[in-house]
Amino acid sequence: MDITWDLFVNALLSGLLLGGFYAATAVGITIAFGMLDIANIAHPAFMMLGAFLAYYFNTWLGVDPLIVTLVVMPFAFLLGRCVYKLYYQAFERRSDESLQGLAFFFGVLFIVEVGLLLVFGVDYRFVTAPYIGPSIGMGPISVPMRMVVPLLVGVGLVISVQVFLSRTFMGRAILAVAQDREALRLVGVDPIWIKEIAFGIALATAVAAGALLIIIQPVEPSVGRDFIGRVFAICVLGGMTSLGGTVLASAIVGVAESFTSTFAGPSWAPAVSFGLLIITLAIRPSGIFGR
Amino acid sequence: MTTAPLLKMTGVTKRFGGFTALDTVDLELYPNERLGLIGPNGSGKSTLVNCLTGVYRLDGGSVVFNGSDISSFDIHSRTRIGIARSFQIPRPFKGLTVVQNIEVPLAFAVGMTHQREIADAAHAILKEVGLNAKADAMPRVLSQVELRKLELGRALAARPKLLVADESMAGLSDSEVDEILEVLFRLNGEGISIILIEHIMRAVNRFSQRVAVLVAGAKIADGPPKEVMAHPEVERAYLGQ
Amino acid sequence: MSATTNASSEVPSASAVWLKRLLGCGIGAVLIVLLFAALDWTGTDYAYLAAYTVVQFILLATAWNILGGYAGYVNFGTAAFFAIGCYTTVFCYKAFQLPLLATLPISAVLAGLVGLGTGYLTLRLRGVFFSICTLAMAVVLQTLVTNWNYVGGSRGAYILRPESVPLFGSYSRFLFAIMLAMAIGSVLLARHIERTWLGRGLAAIRDEELAAESSGVPALRLKLIATSLSGALMGLAGTPFPYFITYVDPTTAFSLNIAVNTIAMPLIGGTATWLGPVVGALLLGIIQQWVTVTISSSLNLMIVGVLLVLFVAVAPNGMVGFVQGLRRRKA
Repeated sequence: MDITWDLFVNALLSGLLLGGFYAATAVGITIAFGMLDIANIAHPAFMMLGAFLAYYFNTWLGVDPLIVTLVVMPFAFLLGRCVYKLYYQAFERRSDESLQGLAFFFGVLFIVEVGLLLVFGVDYRFVTAPYIGPSIGMGPISVPMRMVVPLLVGVGLVISVQVFLSRTFMGRAILAVAQDREALRLVGVDPIWIKEIAFGIALATAVAAGALLIIIQPVEPSVGRDFIGRVFAICVLGGMTSLGGTVLASAIVGVAESFTSTFAGPSWAPAVSFGLLIITLAIRPSGIFGR
Repeated sequence: MTTAPLLKMTGVTKRFGGFTALDTVDLELYPNERLGLIGPNGSGKSTLVNCLTGVYRLDGGSVVFNGSDISSFDIHSRTRIGIARSFQIPRPFKGLTVVQNIEVPLAFAVGMTHQREIADAAHAILKEVGLNAKADAMPRVLSQVELRKLELGRALAARPKLLVADESMAGLSDSEVDEILEVLFRLNGEGISIILIEHIMRAVNRFSQRVAVLVAGAKIADGPPKEVMAHPEVERAYLGQ
Repeated sequence: MSATTNASSEVPSASAVWLKRLLGCGIGAVLIVLLFAALDWTGTDYAYLAAYTVVQFILLATAWNILGGYAGYVNFGTAAFFAIGCYTTVFCYKAFQLPLLATLPISAVLAGLVGLGTGYLTLRLRGVFFSICTLAMAVVLQTLVTNWNYVGGSRGAYILRPESVPLFGSYSRFLFAIMLAMAIGSVLLARHIERTWLGRGLAAIRDEELAAESSGVPALRLKLIATSLSGALMGLAGTPFPYFITYVDPTTAFSLNIAVNTIAMPLIGGTATWLGPVVGALLLGIIQQWVTVTISSSLNLMIVGVLLVLFVAVAPNGMVGFVQGLRRRKA
């Protein structure tokens, strides 16, 4: 009985820690897809980019992955703006979003994954840092630092984004464009530019989250694919546009995966978030109808 | 009127989250009638049409058409029993020619099967709306008024008993507005009841036998055009218009 | 977008139609005989295996396009349907020692049912959610298969090719013939769909789904038909695969390579008609065979990805659409 209780608590704790981190991975999709209606399924590919950048700088220059997380964000922001500009010119302007737009992001996802494969190979890569390895003991439970640190940074990231969205002019313009593109024009703000900024932020969080991911676990290029289901499941479960919903949904997904992993086996874990997504869409697709 | 109404919407309510778009709206339409539906932007006209045609599910109330309760019918079923609509912003099938656009409702709503008959019927409809010269053209080369005529033609091809013309004249010149009105009068002459949703008041006044006014999700007036236009609340709602 | 076949043109006489069909079959038969002769002439088994791969992609691309090109719904889970075909074969081989020909209808039905089920759950939502769900379904299915030990799980399963095959001599020849027959069948089916009201209805749904519904098109029903047909055909494509490579594991069966190629080929070739997927499959298939043999197989994946993105951004109507556009401008 004791063993099961310990297992239960450990699974719950891991789940919450993981869930907190997942929120950082999903916030970019909440912005890009929930608010801007851009189905960026290449989001996990950019996470992998961030992870491998962290690996590269950590292995060859000894840089702490957290530093990489911070430094890489402005560049990812600019990259995001470029990607959106391209997406807008090629698809949104022609209102060809559905088929071609999706295929575009799928192609990008694929190119990034294969590119990483060609450069880094199929092996799992990991980083080293002083906080990876030791654990904090809290009574009968010990929590590994390598999970706590990304959680804290990740949550910090989400909170910063939320503050930005609700307190700054730019942030509120983004929330406004999510609701009514034309209203912004009346106030003299170019909605396309706002969406560019928002998408840049979304991509920046993706790359940052990837750099955090490699702290938690070793990664190889195809790991990104597991995250497609996770981030979209979290976005949908969380009600699409609310960051608070995203955090709650991340916790649910994290805990669900953790329990499945512990009690049914880790080989079942990838299916959990995808399964949750399918069930949610099938049963409670509020606000997701096209009309 | 001693005849039974063709359409009877009773207590129609529609909410979006916390916002009530329609609040227990009643609307009746009699066979062969011309009803104008007006109201400021955001008053719920489009929502009402969407509830009528099945795009939205009602949160309250019912829609009875030709004696049957169709509140749970889906969109294409409602079209098949005789309710057709044109869209505010024209939505032609871009990949099909003009005549092929008209053939779609003939095949699916009316259920015609013989290719020859379908083609003939489609050309007849194009003649009615004045588009027969452009039968084999693609929608992208059509002008605004021609696109509006295509919308009406497509709705007509469903052989409706009730046609909802949703802002078919927005952005058109005076003579173009008259062109569309002429088409609508002719369709009404053939026995089709028409609900005209418009902001162009002279068209509403000229066309409608009866006018209903929606403001903020509620119907505030319903009667002959002259009466309704003189109604103080209607004047207030349109202040500055 | 090109206009679909103008069904409101003059209706030809019945005998003219039959003569045309007979001629078509005749030319087709001659081409097939020539194809076999050419492949035999190379004297290698590899020629048949390469040809099998290319023709397999014609089948996959055509199948995908029925839902993707005709109806506008993007299926990212092609690999799942392909794998259903693979693993039906593995299961039937292990449990009943069923020969390939008997397995084909079983996988078609299974894959079709999965298509129907997925569609029923997700086709009432926007296209984007359908697409994400197909991806999700692929992962869920892969997880299920990886944990199913009877068909080998993650360790994989071995299939033994039969000793000999009547009529065809080598087993590779036989596999190629089956795949060729299925591919031709799928192209004929796609062509037939285009010319019937199913195709017209799907085109209307693709262009303006709400207006299509308002015109009386039963959108959900048509989409479910397209999804089931598409799924069944993709399942058929995967059914001979275990015999082709003799060892199947989830990574191979659910390979992302299949998913990307199946999407890239119609998008590059052209999604409006049956010709696009064939052109795309031939082009990309042959390029990839060449690159794999001369350079490396990972590079060829990159090429597919880059071509996909380029074409989608620059030439959204594919090669067939591009050529049609040129012709229209000249006229």
